[in-house]
Amino acid sequence: MATEAMQAAGEAHKAGMPQLDFTTYANQIFWLVVALVLIYLIVSKLALPRIGGVLAERKGTIERDIAAAEELKRKAQAAEAAYNQALADARTEAAKIVAAAKAEIQKDLDAATAKADAEIMAKAAESEKRIAEIRDSALASVTEVARDTAAELVTAFGGAADAGAVGDAVTARLKG
Amino acid sequence: MTVATDQAAEASSKLSLHPMEQFTVRPLFGGTEIHWYTITNVTLWMAVAVVCTFLLLVYATRARALVPGRGQSIGEVVYGFVRNMVVDVAGEEALAFFPYILTLFMFVVFANSLSLIPMSFATTSHFAVTGVLAIAVFLTVTIVGFVKNGTSFLGLFWVTSAPLPLRPVLAIIELISYFVRPVSHSVRLAGNMMAGHAVMEVFAGFAIVLWISPLSIAAITAMYGLEIMVAVVQAYVFTILTCVYLKDALHPHH
Repeated sequence: MATEAMQAAGEAHKAGMPQLDFTTYANQIFWLVVALVLIYLIVSKLALPRIGGVLAERKGTIERDIAAAEELKRKAQAAEAAYNQALADARTEAAKIVAAAKAEIQKDLDAATAKADAEIMAKAAESEKRIAEIRDSALASVTEVARDTAAELVTAFGGAADAGAVGDAVTARLKG
Repeated sequence: MTVATDQAAEASSKLSLHPMEQFTVRPLFGGTEIHWYTITNVTLWMAVAVVCTFLLLVYATRARALVPGRGQSIGEVVYGFVRNMVVDVAGEEALAFFPYILTLFMFVVFANSLSLIPMSFATTSHFAVTGVLAIAVFLTVTIVGFVKNGTSFLGLFWVTSAPLPLRPVLAIIELISYFVRPVSHSVRLAGNMMAGHAVMEVFAGFAIVLWISPLSIAAITAMYGLEIMVAVVQAYVFTILTCVYLKDALHPHH
């Protein structure tokens, strides 16, 4: 009778909710507290410092890398500016050298022109002198010829050729 | 009386529908007595949850890699998820409670998920477990509220934005809702877990009837997918409610 009642109670209990079986509460609560304490120790002593450290380190590394990249970019820009400056300087320098060379050449050219002009002038002067000489000598020859011819003509016409008179007369005629 | 129970027993043995039997706490190493120290299936599955927490948060992150691998990524995602939840809901000063909240989340999410392994035991389907968790949260929040704010913590119940005649009524409502919190907090979690598992068990019981078994198996499959979602969502809900209560303790003025 008693066992039957116990069995009936057990059956009813099985059919009901194990959640409401208060005899298991102490057991569940004890092991829950143990599990929570263990998880808390794992989380607070091991997991959080480690993961927090890893995340902080990653953040730091990323920030450092970005800073380094910016530094490199700045350097590259400076190098580009320096390059452009050097290029501009070189251009100015080249222009200067070209101008100097031009001036040098011009100077040489001027000197050569002047020298050539002087030579031409000298040659022209000499030629003129020569021409004058030739003209003078030609004139003298003409006077001679005229005097001789006059003397011959006077002789031919039977006169006595006075050399001095003939000469004066010819000179007078030539001037006239 | 006896005839009725016999009939009920006969009917149930035919279909073998014992949807609640899976929640029975049993000693692992024989015996029928369950003392507080007895090693039971509760002990086993809580231990598995502890081991899983260790594996995810400690073992998987052992490399401390700058570029994380798969395991470390999951650990970091869980860490970031719970940390953001604490900061977004309860503010920066709640970070002092981050280890406690992460402990709660890890326990609930692993207990829920592990209970979906066939033949396992759903520790979070028991009111003893969720009740202790909820009462711990309730006590912590109440003590923190009084320690941080002194008696001005009672301003939580005195809604200054409401018209003066309404305030005593609102105070009573707020007070009741405050003390109902641990009940709803714990019953929500245990109820969700229990209901899902019981429904799957019922479908599994029907699976022995030939003409209904394909439908039953399809239903179990669908329920299993739903239960995976419920396991994670309920862990999330439990944790975010803890954060909300903590926010009330730190900033009691609406």
